[in-house]
Amino acid sequence: MKPLTECTIGCEGRIVKIKAKDPIKGRLFSLGLAKGSEIKILDHTLAKQTWEVESDGTKIALREEEAASVFMEPKGGCK
Amino acid sequence: MKCRNCDTDESGSRNGTGTEQKMKKIKVALAGQPNVGKSSIINSMTGARLHVGNFSGVTVEKKEIFIEKDGYEIEMVDLPGIYSLNAYTPEEQVAKKFLYNEDYDLIINVADANTLSRNLIFTFQLMDMQKKMILVVNMIDEVEKQGGKVDRDKLEELLGIPVILTSAKEHRGVDEIVDHVIEVYTSQKPKNKLFYDERIEEQIEKLVKMLHKSPHFKDPDEARFIAIRLLDRDEEVYKVIHDLPIFIELHEMLGQIYRELEMEFDEESTSDILSDERYAMAKALVLKALKKPPKKLTLTDRLDRLLIHPILGLPIFLFFMWLLFQITFEVGSVPMEWIDAAFTEISNTINAVLPAGAIQSVLADGIVPAVGSVIMFLPNILILFLGINLLEQTGYMARAAFLLDGFMKKFGLQGKAFIPLVSGFGCTVPAYMAARTLKNPKDRIITMLVLGFMSCSARLPVYVLLIGAFFPTSHAGNILFIIYISGAILGLIVAKILRMVLFKGEPEPFVMEMPPYRFPSMKALGVELWIKAKLFLKKAGTFIAGASMIIWFLSSYPHDSLLVQSYEAKIEAAIDEAAKMQLQSELAAKELENSYLGTIGKTIEPVFAPLGFDWRVSVATIAGLAAKEVVVSTLATLYAVGDADEKSNTLIERLRENISFKAAVALIVIIMIYSPCIAAMSTFWAEVPQWAWRGFYMVYPNVLAWLMAFGVYNLLGVLGY
Repeated sequence: MKPLTECTIGCEGRIVKIKAKDPIKGRLFSLGLAKGSEIKILDHTLAKQTWEVESDGTKIALREEEAASVFMEPKGGCK
Repeated sequence: MKCRNCDTDESGSRNGTGTEQKMKKIKVALAGQPNVGKSSIINSMTGARLHVGNFSGVTVEKKEIFIEKDGYEIEMVDLPGIYSLNAYTPEEQVAKKFLYNEDYDLIINVADANTLSRNLIFTFQLMDMQKKMILVVNMIDEVEKQGGKVDRDKLEELLGIPVILTSAKEHRGVDEIVDHVIEVYTSQKPKNKLFYDERIEEQIEKLVKMLHKSPHFKDPDEARFIAIRLLDRDEEVYKVIHDLPIFIELHEMLGQIYRELEMEFDEESTSDILSDERYAMAKALVLKALKKPPKKLTLTDRLDRLLIHPILGLPIFLFFMWLLFQITFEVGSVPMEWIDAAFTEISNTINAVLPAGAIQSVLADGIVPAVGSVIMFLPNILILFLGINLLEQTGYMARAAFLLDGFMKKFGLQGKAFIPLVSGFGCTVPAYMAARTLKNPKDRIITMLVLGFMSCSARLPVYVLLIGAFFPTSHAGNILFIIYISGAILGLIVAKILRMVLFKGEPEPFVMEMPPYRFPSMKALGVELWIKAKLFLKKAGTFIAGASMIIWFLSSYPHDSLLVQSYEAKIEAAIDEAAKMQLQSELAAKELENSYLGTIGKTIEPVFAPLGFDWRVSVATIAGLAAKEVVVSTLATLYAVGDADEKSNTLIERLRENISFKAAVALIVIIMIYSPCIAAMSTFWAEVPQWAWRGFYMVYPNVLAWLMAFGVYNLLGVLGY
């Protein structure tokens, strides 16, 4: 289990924990980021300040701080 | 947990209800998550009358359509996109308030077939309301094209509400919606029922019983909804029960229920428990009713690789912006000449047809040229608006926000603030409203305070006129781009200063959906442009015509007959034509100087004198506070008077003769920075209740504008211009 921000582009896995507090948690949820969702890291900006992930066909942009509060269990093959 | 299906027998409800009676009204609320294509559905409905207004008390655009069919008048209100009833942004609050408090007959919930399971979570929240409801699954074509399939019957069976599959783009299923609305409205089918886990249902039951003690919640459906919302930790609903006599008892019970459920489910909050329930339910439904298309690299994936590339992304973005301003200028200038010619023709006709006098003068010298000088810029404005709409509707705007978030954060703003800022290039009024997507009040007010520096399209005419007069044509597009960019940079710097001085603290979190790239529907774009053009022409025909009439009156009166007589005598006595003309324009200039407007201009001239403005430019600048287009029409009126020479009758040449290059640049700087128009200012007042900010907002842009213009004027002076 590790925060999204420690994963590399292309990494896939499943969300195991979301540490964010409401209302951010609720927002992440309504965008499809919930415990158990599949997730894939799509992109981040050069300075890794903004991240893009995909879950169930929805692409979501997050800032570093929010991305760090989402923990995933990466599937094999990801560093 | 299961969705219990209700009786789906539809045959009983189809009886031609009262075509001979007077029209029955059905009011429909159209709700759905953002980017599901609600507007496209509304735009593509056959036989609909569109009405654009505002939601009561707020400045969020409200689109309504009216359709008449089988003796019913159906009114559909397009609510702002809302992800969840646990509303987050102010726009979502508007939609939520409407759903909770307004009187309507049924809900149409629009969902995106591509992200069905996420959409269904909101559908479940809506179904909790126990209203009559229809689910519209839109963008079905996209799923099918990729080899997927949505099983409509299965969805209907599992949800217990009518489901329609649509593609607004291909006009599929859209017109069926109306038939279903009438059918659902007239049918007596029992309402939908959605059941949660037994342990949750048990607690809902308890709450419902408690609520029944209050005379406000005798309706079991409503009580159930309130109970569920309380478990979902809905603050709005909590506020409602707060004022009830049963509150103390209810509050105690709620606390206990929260604790029990949270223990039992091992979750932090009952709201999480409900979320998990809905999530599982949505997953189960999608598993049964949706054949997912095989996962392929989509066009969006491929485009994103390039467009939000860590290194290439930003230059590409800047190129798009540059291109937009080039096209605005280059393509827009073509029809401008035709419009100009047409209005000159109208003026000439008026001069020829009407007898000389005040009426001829007010029409031919006042209103027609003023309105014409403004309408001339309609092509530019429409192109710029089209461009911004395209960026928004294709989904690129979200990418730009993604790319710029890190950069914006440095200036104390967040990536999402980029959307109102870019809309500001179109019009400041909707941009102030777009700032509502920022939840944090500090972020919002900073964004709104610097929004005025993003030059709106109404300022475009002034720039185009001044650039045309004072810069070589070959550089026009670039100069325009520089003006816009410097406004944006100034905005960022001011934002940073505001953040450091007045608003300490971290900017709000940034979480945002990146919608797939879509080719926008031409009809929707057309409708938007048409609305924009209509509003602009209306403004030109009423407000600007009125303002120019006032300017004309102030510049034509009082009439000094002594002066006229003395000059007429001189003109009589003059020997050649040239001298006569010279005297005639001298007379006109003298008359103008002695007019009311001349007096006003002279009074305020000292304020603007350090910037090299004469009284005419000063008047035009002040008039620009009403609307920026008025600057152009005022200059047109003021410099057209006394124009006896047939050859130098274009405004541009008159400006070149009368204004120095550095004063022209100073004027551009003023226009760029000072207060926006009255409409924008009143929007700001409506959006920002604090008097301190309102006051600050009224003063600081004007002071800053003057100082910057003064600086630029003197700098150019030093450089030898």
